[in-house]
Amino acid sequence: MRAPELDKPLLGTCGALALIGLAVLYSAGQTDVRTVAADIWERQALWLLIGGIGAVLVYRISPQLLEWATPGIYALGLLLLVATLFFGTGAGTAAGNKSWISVFGVRVGQPAELAKLATILMLARHTEGLRDPPNTLRALFPACVIAGIPTVLVALQPDLGSALVFIGILFAVLFWVGTSPWLLLLLASPIISLLMAFSTPSWGIWILLLTAVLIWVRPFVFEAVMIWLANVLMGVVALELWRRLAPYQQNRLTSFLNPESDPRATGWHVIQSKVAIGSGGLLGKGFTEGTQKRLAFLPAQHTDFVYSVVGEEFGFLGVVVTLALFAGLLMVLIRIARRATDPFSCVVVFGVMGMIFTHIVENIGMTIGIMPITGIPLPFFSYGGSFMLTVCMGIGMALRAAREGRLAGYSEL
Amino acid sequence: MSWHHPYSIARRAAVTSRVVWLFLGLLAVVFFRVQVIGSSRYRLQSEENRLRPIPIPAARGLVTDRNGVVLAENVPGYSVGLIASSGDSLRAMLRRIAPVVGLDSSTFDMLVRRFRRRPYEPVVIARDAPFSLVSSLEERRMRIPGLVIQAEPKRRYPLGPSTAHVVGYVNEVTERELSSAKFASVRAGALVGRDGLERQYDDELRGEDGVRFVEVDALGHTVPAAGVGSQLEPRQGATLRTSLDAPLQQFVASSFPANMRGAVMAMDPRTGELLALYSSPSYDPNLFIGGADPKVLNELFTSDAHPLLDRAIQARYPPASPWKLVMAAMAIKRGVANLNTHMPTPCRGGLQYYNRYFHCWKADGHGDISLAEAIKVSCDVYFYQLGLKLGLSNVLEDATEMGFRQRSGIDLPAEAWPAFPPSTAYYDRLYGRRGWTQAVVLNLAIGQGENAQTLVNMMRFYSMLANESGVAPTPTLVANTSGALRSLGVSDTALAGLREALLAVVEQGTAAGSRVAGLKIGGKTGTAQNPHGPDHGWFIGFAPVDSPKVVVGGIMEFARHGTAVAPLVTRIISYYLLGPGAARATDYQLILPDDSAPPPQLILPDTSSAPITANAGPGTR
Repeated sequence: MRAPELDKPLLGTCGALALIGLAVLYSAGQTDVRTVAADIWERQALWLLIGGIGAVLVYRISPQLLEWATPGIYALGLLLLVATLFFGTGAGTAAGNKSWISVFGVRVGQPAELAKLATILMLARHTEGLRDPPNTLRALFPACVIAGIPTVLVALQPDLGSALVFIGILFAVLFWVGTSPWLLLLLASPIISLLMAFSTPSWGIWILLLTAVLIWVRPFVFEAVMIWLANVLMGVVALELWRRLAPYQQNRLTSFLNPESDPRATGWHVIQSKVAIGSGGLLGKGFTEGTQKRLAFLPAQHTDFVYSVVGEEFGFLGVVVTLALFAGLLMVLIRIARRATDPFSCVVVFGVMGMIFTHIVENIGMTIGIMPITGIPLPFFSYGGSFMLTVCMGIGMALRAAREGRLAGYSEL
Repeated sequence: MSWHHPYSIARRAAVTSRVVWLFLGLLAVVFFRVQVIGSSRYRLQSEENRLRPIPIPAARGLVTDRNGVVLAENVPGYSVGLIASSGDSLRAMLRRIAPVVGLDSSTFDMLVRRFRRRPYEPVVIARDAPFSLVSSLEERRMRIPGLVIQAEPKRRYPLGPSTAHVVGYVNEVTERELSSAKFASVRAGALVGRDGLERQYDDELRGEDGVRFVEVDALGHTVPAAGVGSQLEPRQGATLRTSLDAPLQQFVASSFPANMRGAVMAMDPRTGELLALYSSPSYDPNLFIGGADPKVLNELFTSDAHPLLDRAIQARYPPASPWKLVMAAMAIKRGVANLNTHMPTPCRGGLQYYNRYFHCWKADGHGDISLAEAIKVSCDVYFYQLGLKLGLSNVLEDATEMGFRQRSGIDLPAEAWPAFPPSTAYYDRLYGRRGWTQAVVLNLAIGQGENAQTLVNMMRFYSMLANESGVAPTPTLVANTSGALRSLGVSDTALAGLREALLAVVEQGTAAGSRVAGLKIGGKTGTAQNPHGPDHGWFIGFAPVDSPKVVVGGIMEFARHGTAVAPLVTRIISYYLLGPGAARATDYQLILPDDSAPPPQLILPDTSSAPITANAGPGTR
């Protein structure tokens, strides 16, 4: 395989992000009082290397072979998730969650991350065979099951943040294969109803709106009734569900709405993160010079809140540059998905795009306080081996799809 | 039209691009608002007005007895802390307040070190400060900008020395411990349990510290934080309700001879719940609270009497005559003997075994007696022969099975492991393969030899005897531990017979002077040979014999013989079962036979008593 077959814009943006990420992670370990994060960048570099190898291996697999292996990969992913529920262990700030698989006491990885790729592959395999865009709820059902099983398994760990990513992937894929946005809205409506149920007026308005949309879109009567009933049911069970959430999950949700309600625990994180980012100003305090970070005010500054270090040390300029790089990466992925020669790769690449997009919006939004704290990692920045490997393998699939597209005659741009 | 038509794909790609740009643009706008427009506010918060979380210490949970009598509580105290921006400014402040507080330069270094560890938390300079100190510091507040004075709960043990070993005490966490995994969630300066229940249930008792925020302005003055909401209240630790019986515990403590060393335990054989645990000499745990006087503490740690040692669970003694019941239970279980079995050689004051003569404690001999009678009179010759009949390997195997090589599993820290040979290989190692004979079993049979047990482990065996179905629950203070039950493995009738024999010990046998009118007490005296001085005395008893409600065991170092312990134990039993009046009314006349074990026969010239004495705990020295 000759080098020109590689997609240079994709490699360029990924390389730049990986290098910046490693530098920021190094800086996150530079504190006045030594923390666990001190040498973590070295391990992250190792994971980057492993991820690179993973990407090369995936790149060498043809889409046809990958498609053939998909059911097996998906089954393995689910099996690992089930095993995690029974034998999983917690770690670090999320010690209460069972999200790790351990072998002889050594934590080897988080199956939820690899399950994201497996779900994307399975969704792609399912949707590529569709003759028409799935535009009834019944047609959406199989895809919902494919993404729903891992979502539920991950939510049981309990890891709501990662569960959210599976839903993001599902909606991205469904949109890409031509499902009408109205139908997607209806599909999402029970969840919106759940969120709206915390205040009676807002829920009343939502139900009225939903009724209007149902009349406007005119799905089958049976389905319309089912959706409407699901919404009402969600509104009713919302309080019961709320009571069943673990206290820390409740805290996270309430402190998202009002960070000062719990200044010590989760609200404290957001307040400190905002102070760090805000004090960075336009140009930042300089590499490794962040004072909030130095005093270890920042919680989980090498994983969930790594972007606060970017904001504090590189300022708004650094934020714009990294956001632009992320935007560039997503654009390249969309372009590759658009030009993919086979429908399978087309969906896979778009699914990877959806996954990365969900992670970026949720993680960066969380550090600035416009998203609830869920603890999902930022691609290329947050320390974590499983997710690094997952992203790299996704990029490897995209590189392969780009090569196939180019060989089929698409020119640059 | 297929979803994969280039036209529709291109349209959706365009929509997606717009969505991506919209979201990332939105993020950029929010960052712009925070970083460029709101920057000055946040910069102020970050650099000039540092927000400092000041921990509000949580009160530790109460420890109560089974009826709610408080054994450990909290009383209000004050702690004095300093917030500083650097080590130098801390040093300057310390110099200013040193005359008031009374600090010397060596503590300066320690405090600065502690400050470096957690620079954004206040450094505690005086804990449990008297009110006069607090008020004189408050007067100087303007000159000591970073001063933080706050109420801090202080631990108090109302019963003092009576409950010292079982409740334990608390102490400030050390710098070394802070970096260990066990204390990962503990704040510097927090109190952690050091002994007894305080240590065992530290996590439950500790509670959750609250926090309050202050802002430190550019001059180092503390001002209440604005805009961070209210403070978070601390959460008190859980109340620990133990199975102890406070009046009984106090009775035990007051009736144990003050100048003697030893321990007494009382437990319910039906549930394994501990009713009292006392070790003598005791100490006052309140000495450790607040600024303890180093001289007093030093005395506690170096005293010959080892007051900090819990002799009930941390000291090992040769089990002596109480062990004879273990032998009897083994023999019945294996069918080697029953309660009416006679031995081939009647007791004539001793037993000739090959070239050695093993004495009975009674030089006149006991004559031809059954097992029940042998228990009653504690005949050594009978048990020598029983030991030989059982055989050494069977004795070792059964003792292991009955738990004499394992700790009782009581929920108190640092329980000592008993010492007992695991197998005959032990003797091979000690004396060489051919260097020993079956004669070692003769010493083992009367509770001497290579055997050292803790009081709690012997208590567990006697609660097997006293338990309705012959099983022993794990001794426990807080009834939620569920260990495996150990069973004696003898029939109910044999069990009843053993209890009757033990009743006879108190009614007519070696402990006859300790009878309590109206109460059927069964028990066994014992006298453990002590090569370092006068012998140790044992007595373990239970009552009422028909369905025992309480087992009480006592060990007294240098008591000369077990008959000195028996009246103490029977008084405790009658106090518990009959009430305070009965115990006081009983008068004792100690004219008793002496069942002290004969000096252990030296099996070999090089048989050293080292394995026992080394294990017998520091108390015997």
